Amino acid sequence: MSAGIIVVGGGIAGQAVCEAVRERDRGVPLTLVCGELSAPYDRVRLSEILVSGEDPQTLQLRPTEWYADNDVTVLLGRQVVWADPAGGLLRLDDGDELAFAQLVLATGSQPLMPPIPGIDLPGVHPFRGPEDCEAIRFASVVGAKRAAVIGGGLLGLEAARGIAAQGCAVTVVHLVDRLMERQLDAGASALLRPALAGLDIEVELERATQQIIGPDRAHGLRFTTGDELQADLVVVSIGIRPEATLAREMGIVCDRGIIVDDAMRTSVDGVLAVGECAQHRGIVYGLVAPIHDQARVAAATLLSQEAAYVGSVMSAKLKVAGIDLVCAGEAVGDHEAVVTDASSGVYRKLTVRDGRIIGTVLLGDTRGSEALVAAVRAGDLVDDPLRTLSDASLSGPADLPDSAQICDCNGVCKGALMEAVTEGGCATPREVMAVTRAGTGCGSCRPAVIEIVAAATGGLSDEPAYLCPCRRQTREQLAARIREDGLESVSEVAASCGTGRECGVCKPALAYLVSEVCANQHREERDARYINDRVHANIQRDGTFSVIPRMYGGVTTPDELRRIADVADRYEVPLVKVTGGQRLDLLGVKKQDLPDIWRELDMPSGHAYAKAVRTVKTCVGTDFCRFGLGDAIGLGVEMEKLWEGLHTPHKVKSGVSGCPRNCAEATVKDIGCVAVEGGWQVRAGGAAGGNVREADIIATVDSRAEALRIATTFLQYYRENADYKERTYDFIPRVGLEHVREIVLGEQTGAALRERLRIAKAAVRDPWLERDDPYHPAQFSDLEDPGPSGGEPALVGPPAGAQR
Amino acid sequence: MNYACHIDDVPLGEGRNVTLAERRIAVFRTADAWYALDAVCPHMGGPLADGIVCDRAVICPLHDRRFDLATGDPLSAGEGTTAHAVEVRGDRVYVALAETQRRAA
Repeated sequence: MSAGIIVVGGGIAGQAVCEAVRERDRGVPLTLVCGELSAPYDRVRLSEILVSGEDPQTLQLRPTEWYADNDVTVLLGRQVVWADPAGGLLRLDDGDELAFAQLVLATGSQPLMPPIPGIDLPGVHPFRGPEDCEAIRFASVVGAKRAAVIGGGLLGLEAARGIAAQGCAVTVVHLVDRLMERQLDAGASALLRPALAGLDIEVELERATQQIIGPDRAHGLRFTTGDELQADLVVVSIGIRPEATLAREMGIVCDRGIIVDDAMRTSVDGVLAVGECAQHRGIVYGLVAPIHDQARVAAATLLSQEAAYVGSVMSAKLKVAGIDLVCAGEAVGDHEAVVTDASSGVYRKLTVRDGRIIGTVLLGDTRGSEALVAAVRAGDLVDDPLRTLSDASLSGPADLPDSAQICDCNGVCKGALMEAVTEGGCATPREVMAVTRAGTGCGSCRPAVIEIVAAATGGLSDEPAYLCPCRRQTREQLAARIREDGLESVSEVAASCGTGRECGVCKPALAYLVSEVCANQHREERDARYINDRVHANIQRDGTFSVIPRMYGGVTTPDELRRIADVADRYEVPLVKVTGGQRLDLLGVKKQDLPDIWRELDMPSGHAYAKAVRTVKTCVGTDFCRFGLGDAIGLGVEMEKLWEGLHTPHKVKSGVSGCPRNCAEATVKDIGCVAVEGGWQVRAGGAAGGNVREADIIATVDSRAEALRIATTFLQYYRENADYKERTYDFIPRVGLEHVREIVLGEQTGAALRERLRIAKAAVRDPWLERDDPYHPAQFSDLEDPGPSGGEPALVGPPAGAQR
Repeated sequence: MNYACHIDDVPLGEGRNVTLAERRIAVFRTADAWYALDAVCPHMGGPLADGIVCDRAVICPLHDRRFDLATGDPLSAGEGTTAHAVEVRGDRVYVALAETQRRAA
């Protein structure tokens, strides 16, 4: 292999350089040397792991295949111990030598640990890598009674939130007189404190820690004032120190970090530096957005293209659930415009210099943050900053210019999102996120991405993220609104949350949401429903309908079969067919015949037309089969009776197999149970349609009752949390199987879900009873059918067109 | 002017079919106005009266083609359909049929 580019450091910066190089040149040999044993991961999201306890592997920036697909050689767990830029050679810690033409140092930073007594004691942790996360999480769950976080910056507050979320009391100790002093002014900082108190995070300001109290392990902090704070877990988050050891050994000029010019070159030819190890125009950037800007410039320089990095406007979002905080640029200046409502915890500010916007702080109400941060980045001229602040709260991301950066983690601007739709053929936010990587970092920009994509696609796509251009709210926000304001119908939601127009695509989604949140005690409005749900039958290509009566578990009787046969004869049903879900389908039925057919069938609706619990397919189980291990029919009938009539975000097809031979195909159902030796496997998220996916095992349990309980709990979890039109096989990978298990199998969370399902089920009524009690007198009829107003002549007035 | 229906014959926010001068017409009732289009979607013959009505448009229930209720113009891919003038007198709804059928674009 000819000598190419070697990137030293497997963090966000190293990864960003590799990606930026590959975007410009697919041929140049590229090697990434990672000191850690894992491929590059997203450090920005560490605090999420601290809260959720998810596997740190979920933070990996790119799947392992990415490196092979993109011809990037990755060396894991290796350190560069020596490098000679003039000779183009470096040596790894295992003695291997590699040749290079150009070298990029992306060695990152080390957590700054103050040189105070006790800093090495057990129970004292930096907050930097997944291993710290695990140690902190473990300590705060099991051992620690009281934790202290030294450092009230962005990362320190996120760490404190993570610890508090484990139920461990926590105090943030900060050296200066205000929190996040690099990003916030005194006003916002003062309001942040009560917001943190609401999350059980205490704050002590102007506290200099003199010593960590030992002797065997951390027992507390002693301050310079002499008083003490008890703590058996101490997390240190006071800043970073650029890792420039290798650079110094190579004779590269360093100050705090490795000094680079506007092309990201160091003082030595052929060596560049990017990220937290680099110092550009006197500044070491510890945030992720500038790293991407630097990586793009470095890639251009490596490939002999012209590019210049001129510094970045600092911007930050606090990723602490319950506190909305966005800030960018300078928080303090000569000309400040502030809107504040202390009792609501709202603080909105613009900082202006020479007539240009140079900074913003938004706390408690971050509406319009994308526009304001974009204005800070662009240094927009401003006449009336208060007006700009209030206008911004009404504007959404769809109104932003193409150059506005939406995803700070991955440096994606609005234009790139639009292009993914118009040029790249993406139709859904999820596809756009996969292609552009926007929204895949900390995730805080996801609502903005969804809104922009919805606007770009005209909202006509099969929109899994359920946010329509007509309502600038996510499903969760709308659900909260319905709950808090006690809204009971689609029109109430539209009036309360809408923008005065409705696009129609979201009406059925809203109808489901209202019914779900109100536990089926909502006020039904049929015009918000698809035709299938207006007449409880499935529309066919010729405008006729199909009728599928309920047969629990696919079990029927001679009497039912006779009634079905009679109906098929009497109404001249063109086709009677056995369905894949073990039901009988009467196809080609006229709309006006539906009520009579239901009456004569005298069977409940099979819901084969709705986004609802459909069929539970079963095998004959232990009753007749000589291999059967469990009573598949019994469980299938129980499931179907318990779930019958419940609507769901998308259709739910189920199956129960009495042994692992799996004749009911339960392993490719949305919800499936399989009898195994000694119990039942409960699965979910299977598919055997356009996609085939084996269902994930939620749990293996030892009784039929327990299998029913868990399957039921999952059903309700899906009902409450999936996006409209999101099947279980998309839902589970999106939210994560581990998370699903945690909630569904959790004693309290599971019981709460089952209770809500019980309440929703209690309000279910068989829709086919509308045969005698229709929603509207003309529900099933056209205008020339004998109607309620009756007696009107069919034609009055002059013949057609005579008056024109 | 052809008498189409009584105002109570069409549920709010929905459409219903009627035959007027041997033409199949879908009559729609929204919160603030009445509209009429040829009943059949020009794409694959879907029944527009069974579509979701919103924002002065109807969405065909078969393949989500979207039409302007007042003009018949297509609001998604494909050709448009014919719109007819509607007049409400008291509680009666009348339709003036358009003389020509819209031609494929």
